[in-house]
Amino acid sequence: MTLLEAAGTSVSDRLSVTGTANALELRGVSKLFGALAALSDIDLIVKPGERRAVLGSNGAGKTTLFNCITGDFAPTTGSIRFFGEEVAAFPAQERIRRGLRRTYQISLLFSGLSVLDNVYLACCGVSRGRFSFVRPRRNDALMASAENLVHVVHLDDVRDTKVSDLSYGQQRQLEIAMALSGAPRFILFDEPAAGLSPTERQELIEILTGLPSHMGYIIIEHDMDVALRVAESVTMMHNGQIFKEGKPAEIEEDEEVQALYLGGEEGLGHG
Amino acid sequence: MALVESTPASKERDARQRDWFERIPAGYWVVCIALLIMPAFASDFTLYQVFGWSFILGMISLSLMFLGGYGGMVSLVQMSVAGLAGYMVAIFGDSAITDISLGWPWYIAIPLALIVAMIFGTIVGSLAVRTEGIYTIMITLAVAAAFFYFTRQNYAVFNGFSGFNGVLPPNLFGVDWRQSVPFYYLTLFWAAVAYFSVLYISRAPFGLALQGVRDNPRRMAALGYNVNAHRIAAYAFAALIAGTGGILLTWQSAQISPGTAGIGPAIDILVIAVIGGMSRPIGPFIGALIYVLLKTFAIDVLLSVGLSGERFQLLIGLGFLAIVFFSPDGLLGLWDRWQDYRKRDPLLDRGEDRL
Repeated sequence: MTLLEAAGTSVSDRLSVTGTANALELRGVSKLFGALAALSDIDLIVKPGERRAVLGSNGAGKTTLFNCITGDFAPTTGSIRFFGEEVAAFPAQERIRRGLRRTYQISLLFSGLSVLDNVYLACCGVSRGRFSFVRPRRNDALMASAENLVHVVHLDDVRDTKVSDLSYGQQRQLEIAMALSGAPRFILFDEPAAGLSPTERQELIEILTGLPSHMGYIIIEHDMDVALRVAESVTMMHNGQIFKEGKPAEIEEDEEVQALYLGGEEGLGHG
Repeated sequence: MALVESTPASKERDARQRDWFERIPAGYWVVCIALLIMPAFASDFTLYQVFGWSFILGMISLSLMFLGGYGGMVSLVQMSVAGLAGYMVAIFGDSAITDISLGWPWYIAIPLALIVAMIFGTIVGSLAVRTEGIYTIMITLAVAAAFFYFTRQNYAVFNGFSGFNGVLPPNLFGVDWRQSVPFYYLTLFWAAVAYFSVLYISRAPFGLALQGVRDNPRRMAALGYNVNAHRIAAYAFAALIAGTGGILLTWQSAQISPGTAGIGPAIDILVIAVIGGMSRPIGPFIGALIYVLLKTFAIDVLLSVGLSGERFQLLIGLGFLAIVFFSPDGLLGLWDRWQDYRKRDPLLDRGEDRL
């Protein structure tokens, strides 16, 4: 069972829907909170299958960018195209049904439900069975998909445990399992390594690098070691604007970036 | 020998049956059998007035528990939904008010009454889901108050203050369903249907999603769910349960009037759910039984200790306060804590208990 199969789709299906359009195309996206511009005129293009890291200090607008892409917040201005389709006016659930997924910086899980129920809910969310009044049967495809995803993120031992009883690291792994549910075409990971132990970080890197090559993602990550190992390109943000884009090595060596973010204790924001 | 040998298929079937029986705790069997044989040793008054009424109020309160416990939406409109179903049965079916009642047969009047109740519940739900917490309580209370005053002032359809009397259940299968034993089994049956439906749905995708909406609506939207649509659908299902309870309530007293679904009864339904506990579907039925016992026997208790019987509401209030004070999550919470306490190792956990 590959991770892709566990996510409930086949390689041929995925390639056929990918097409030639950009996975994500943001043009002139701004987000104002009163007088504060959290995002200013953002242009961002991510190709299908591309893995992008978004870096920046606290308050740079990274999570706001995610919120605008997924529909948690409506952008004040600008266009957001997902695989060629304009989605800026769509509610969050419509974007998710088109294959967009995300994880949250602070785990947003269903604490009263078990691990398996959480992933099962995530699998149902993009299926027609989400309004079903009938319990899943033993051979239910969505339940099987949920069980496989629980296995993929190494949570088999706690699959029937209530989420409120999980460790922080396990909750982060569960977030990833939920993001992989259904048929994701593109995933936004919001600081998935925050608060993880070195062993858990290694597991996370293995999960991310083990994703099918055509499944693109954007990752916000303060841990440069994780970010640069799992991303092919890097976008630096500062004060709600895109400050620099390039390959990980270029960004790492860029003097301006070093001065702003990598160099000195001040720049190393965490949170 | 061939008779005692079983095929692999039959073995598998036997195992499955064993599993099915084993999964049901012994306590369930005891309660189930006790309820079924209750008419053998209980008086007509107990069957009709205590258990019949408890099952009905339990059902209406169960609809609130479904919304509140699983959906995080405390709705005070459930009694109005029940009252509307009762009114519709009286209007579409037979009553002593022949000028208004249409006299349609029960197989049209009852489904129609339930459909109207569901439509009403859905409309109120679609308004209420735009609010949260205290505001949901307020908006549903406002609708309940509006329903009470509207039915009291409208004579053309709802017959104003006096409402409808002579609203009787149909003589289906030649049984007079208002006799104590048939009515007991009628209410027990529908209470069991409502209870097991809610229990079943709580583990179906719809019920799980509703609990997800309760825990984290923003995340549910991020998983592809239309949160408001789910909440409104929950209101519709809850209205079906409340409506069924409302029809039985109307049959029990053979009448429906604005006072049946007034603000006091609307709050009583919440009190019942809180007394029993909103975490599981059995809570409202436990709460309803305690409420009915208090309401039925409080006067006798007061008179027996030489106090005025007029103060029976005070005794009910004190009982409610005592339960909420000692267990904010109702009697179910008290039961859960006692179960946890029993399971603890007295040597290992003693220190933690003191903390």
